[in-house]
Amino acid sequence: MSNREADQRPMRLDTTPVLRVTDLCKRYASVVAVDRVSFDLQRGEILGLLGPNGAGKTTTINMVLGVLAPTSGTIHIAGVDLARQRSRALARTSFAAVYAALPGNLTVQQNLRVFGLIYDVRDLTRRVESLLEEFELQRFRDTKCGVLSSGEQTRVALAKAMLNRPELLLLDEPTASLDPSAAQVARARAQALARQGECGILWTSHNMYEVEEVCDRVLFLSRGRILLAGHPKRLPHEHGASTLEELFIRIAREPLDAGVSR
Amino acid sequence: MKLRPIAGVVVRQFYLMRGSPVRILPMFAWVAIDIVLWGFITRYLSSVTGNRINFVASLLGAVLLWDLFTRIMQGVTMAFLEDIWSRNLLNFFATPLAISEYVVGLVATSIVTSLLGLAVMLVLATTLFGLSFLSLGLALAPFLLVLFLFGIALGIFASAMVLRLGPASEWMIWPLPALLSPFVGVFYPLSTLPAWMRVVARALPPSYVFEDMRAIVTGHAFALEPLLGGLALAVLQIVLCAGFFVHVYRYAVRSGLLARYSAESVS
Repeated sequence: MSNREADQRPMRLDTTPVLRVTDLCKRYASVVAVDRVSFDLQRGEILGLLGPNGAGKTTTINMVLGVLAPTSGTIHIAGVDLARQRSRALARTSFAAVYAALPGNLTVQQNLRVFGLIYDVRDLTRRVESLLEEFELQRFRDTKCGVLSSGEQTRVALAKAMLNRPELLLLDEPTASLDPSAAQVARARAQALARQGECGILWTSHNMYEVEEVCDRVLFLSRGRILLAGHPKRLPHEHGASTLEELFIRIAREPLDAGVSR
Repeated sequence: MKLRPIAGVVVRQFYLMRGSPVRILPMFAWVAIDIVLWGFITRYLSSVTGNRINFVASLLGAVLLWDLFTRIMQGVTMAFLEDIWSRNLLNFFATPLAISEYVVGLVATSIVTSLLGLAVMLVLATTLFGLSFLSLGLALAPFLLVLFLFGIALGIFASAMVLRLGPASEWMIWPLPALLSPFVGVFYPLSTLPAWMRVVARALPPSYVFEDMRAIVTGHAFALEPLLGGLALAVLQIVLCAGFFVHVYRYAVRSGLLARYSAESVS
């Protein structure tokens, strides 16, 4: 069951998960950052990746983005093995993250054009124009990204993330620097994108209200392991917590003794 | 290898230069200063020796060629450093951009900027000091080619060093041409060097360029074979340096260095 009515989704023939992570591990010497993590993400689904700082969320995302090699395990993006066909897998992927700002010394339009070329986007001029309009960035088109407010930069990053019409979209705290109104717009856009049924979204956030509103399913990570998985609204009650935030705090403080099942 | 992702890397550099005089000026300023300085030195030396030695060709020509090599090497490293300074590595390498496409993009940028620098050098040296480099015609091509190729190889090597050692290691790459210059005999024959330095010189393609150029200037026959050897050596070194860059990149992906590059964690 999803936050959205099932009958709102278009019928799809392709049932291959847009992301399949199997037994993913990352070790740095004696430190285990990610420990045998496995999950699937379906098209049209928004999956929340939750956990305290240092839980392994960004490490997992970096491995899915191909900028960090797993110690073991596999990642398939729309059925394509990332380790064997990196470019083909990443052509279907995009991301936006607060720690990966676009070059501040290029204008909004220049950044979109550069990344459009890199993603080999067809009819690039039209695509850039359409994204500038969609994200209300026309008046910033010739403004260098470095002088934009953090909220405006986030909108540019989201526009860049949509350039290649990704099948897999990774959003690492995408609303962290947005005001409530802009954050609501960003959430609505992500939901609309997922509702079209072509794209699966992996979403990390520390805002539990946002997670409840946006995500169809959540995974709780702690110390590199998935401790819990389920629906964001039912999961707290299934584990004796009144809210998702309360459950989060319990897991963050006592990750191994919370008495919750995997 | 796809053309459009390579174009993306080049276009990014073009956008940076187009909007920034401080990036364009160094492409011409330092070579112009060198040409003017060495132009007057050669004029003075020619006057005190009664024009018995062609200093214009031997010294000014050598400066021009060495500056060209340095410009090419720095063209590659500057393009790479732009991504370091703007913390863009994560953005680029989390896309379908292949590492070979990225390196080719850096090299293509360097070739364009170096050719512009070369044009300015030739105009200055010819119009102000009468250096008739262009009279060599097509014979000049293999000399320039060897320097281009070695400049590219060294640029890729230097970029790999910065990728491996972190942003703070940038200072190490600027003196690299100066470190090599005593070995390649820019201003003097290799026979001047002690035996151990001559061994090092034989591994450096520019040595063959400057030795052959001196032979031509002093009226000796042009020896094609050593230059071809230098050419083969430069091609081999490009392959080795590209392999080194890929090796460092893979290490950076494996160790987490790429994902947390600004932390300068090299362990």
